[in-house]
Amino acid sequence: MIIAIPSDKESLDSAVCVSFGRAPFYCLYNTETEQSTFLVNSAADSPGGAGIKAAQLLVDNKVSILVTIRCGENAAKVLQPAKIELFKALNLSVADSISAHVQNKLEPLKEVHAGYHNGH
Amino acid sequence: MQDTTMAIEPTFAILSGKGGTGKTLLSVNLASVAKEATYIDCDVEEPNGNLFFNPTKEFEKLVTVKKPVVDDALCDGCHKCVDFCAFNALALIGNRLMIFDDICHSCGGCIYVCPQKALTEQDRAVGEMSIGRSGAVRSISGSMNIGENSGVPIIEELLKHKSSGLTIIDAPPGSSCLVTESVRLADFCILIAEPTTFGAHNLAMVQELVSLLGKPHAVVLNKTLEGKNPSEEFCIKNNIPIIGRIPFDKKLGSLNSVGKIAAREDKHYHEVFSSILEKALEEVRK
Amino acid sequence: MKQLLILSGKGGTGKTTIASAFIKLADAKAFADCDVDAPNLHLVMDPFPEEKISDYYGLDKAVIDPSLCSNCGLCSDVCRFHAIEQKDGQYIVDAISCEGCTLCAYLCPEKAITMVKAKAGELKLYSNKDAHFSTATLSMGSGTTGLLVTQVKDQLKNVSLETEFAIIDGSPGIGCPVIASLTGADLALIVAEPSISGFSDMKRIILTAAKLGVTIAVCVNKSDTNDELAAKIESFCWKEGIFFAGKIPFDPIAVKAVNEGKTVIDYASPSGTAVRALYAKTVQMLKETIRR
Repeated sequence: MIIAIPSDKESLDSAVCVSFGRAPFYCLYNTETEQSTFLVNSAADSPGGAGIKAAQLLVDNKVSILVTIRCGENAAKVLQPAKIELFKALNLSVADSISAHVQNKLEPLKEVHAGYHNGH
Repeated sequence: MQDTTMAIEPTFAILSGKGGTGKTLLSVNLASVAKEATYIDCDVEEPNGNLFFNPTKEFEKLVTVKKPVVDDALCDGCHKCVDFCAFNALALIGNRLMIFDDICHSCGGCIYVCPQKALTEQDRAVGEMSIGRSGAVRSISGSMNIGENSGVPIIEELLKHKSSGLTIIDAPPGSSCLVTESVRLADFCILIAEPTTFGAHNLAMVQELVSLLGKPHAVVLNKTLEGKNPSEEFCIKNNIPIIGRIPFDKKLGSLNSVGKIAAREDKHYHEVFSSILEKALEEVRK
Repeated sequence: MKQLLILSGKGGTGKTTIASAFIKLADAKAFADCDVDAPNLHLVMDPFPEEKISDYYGLDKAVIDPSLCSNCGLCSDVCRFHAIEQKDGQYIVDAISCEGCTLCAYLCPEKAITMVKAKAGELKLYSNKDAHFSTATLSMGSGTTGLLVTQVKDQLKNVSLETEFAIIDGSPGIGCPVIASLTGADLALIVAEPSISGFSDMKRIILTAAKLGVTIAVCVNKSDTNDELAAKIESFCWKEGIFFAGKIPFDPIAVKAVNEGKTVIDYASPSGTAVRALYAKTVQMLKETIRR
């Protein structure tokens, strides 16, 4: 299965990005092959609806798990029916976040925040 | 571009760069001193005009915009509409299309793009408007539902009901698209400014906007006090006509704060606002 | 870093005057002016030595190439934003009205329409030795977006990681810019004025903030211009379980201070005293909020 982690930089030792929808990159880690790739987030510079577009990106890339610091309600509305599970990221690097999840050390993310209402 | 064939009676738009400057005070009172006038409250996020007019309601309706609706039976999950939508209002999970109404800008594009003709449009309410009467004033007012993404459809609906008589448009504060839509049909803009640094700064911004839109304009100075008036200095420096000065006045403030129309309560204020209206009519006829 | 947002439903209530006083009292190292439609905070701040300006881009706008255009008018017919009109026999797009939906470009039979990057404003970050002030200005006709408010706040986040809280001067109204500035706020202090319109506008902004689950506090500015209504607002808050943080009297010294580019606490004045008390109560409440 594929785990996605919003990332500040295109590197495994990058910090997890505080934003989900406007993260510059997503690290996609395949638990079977143990390979990771970085996806550029085309939603990052959308004036509005970034969370929705970012969630769509994850759906299209067949992601099963999202490890994130927070998630907006619009993104959650897309992730939930797509059965993508959300886990709360800790203050770790991307690489350490992957290990933490693989070792079942992460809690599910329970709270979604209200969206940045879209712009004109 | 400015429409040079003026209505029989002009349409004035009252603007200020910033809120709380006295736009509604001026708009409501100017409409009240005219023999007959239409007042249009375009501040649809925070409409206040009818708090003063308390009009007898004559007409009301919901304001709607078109939002897409999907026929799941026809949708084959091709993703074309999702890729097309510039506002990211659509998402596809398997074969199920999700539509985010609050994000949608009603451009109608996805309807064209769908190869299966699975998308159609439906009206959805985004606000409401009403027309009422208070003495010789016909008051047209609207409000945007909380949470909607744009007040522009409500303003458009309000302006549809404008007649050829003297019209006073109470514009929203600032210089955003709400303001540009509100002044679209104005023959002349009256900018109201208070005597503070903030006031002058925002007067400059809104003056730049009306100049860009090609609207002739003049200024009314409100809440004037003794001493320096940065807004007055701005007008003098830029050759902008000043058609009125309303001194800071506790009584006027009190009347205003309890929703009373000063021009209707007191002869003195009736004169003050009549004189401003006269000067405005002179300016527009130049 | 917690975020204190200063809001008003209606403009002109004194939001920026209060925000600037708070910034002084807190000796804040991070503050932002999210009222990008009419940014004013910089007028009462001491000038900063460093200024970083970057372009802010909204959605791309449509441009018609007259050499390819056959003037069929299809674009004008389908445009929902009245952005395409014929001028001197040629259809052109009004960039101010264009919302960037791309439908005209999609449908044009001659492929004469392209979407072009459009600068919608400028982001500004002012810095001195240890404080940072983030704001933006918008191009005429452009609207504030979630992206812009995010970028204004991000500019602060990227430079001020150590500070306890950031003070954000929000925008008036209840629309997009306000909603965008509310998300992420730990506490929203609503500045109300004691008039019928002020009360009505305050209720709308309270509803808006409540919908987003942001903790709210209310204060009344220029309270003695109508003591009765000020009291009404206070009892409304008590009844609704909204924290009432204080009252500030109308004060000509406040106007004088602002006109001199200073804050209300720079002069000994009744409003200055009231603002200090308001600040103390607000900060106490901010410390107690837990981000939801």
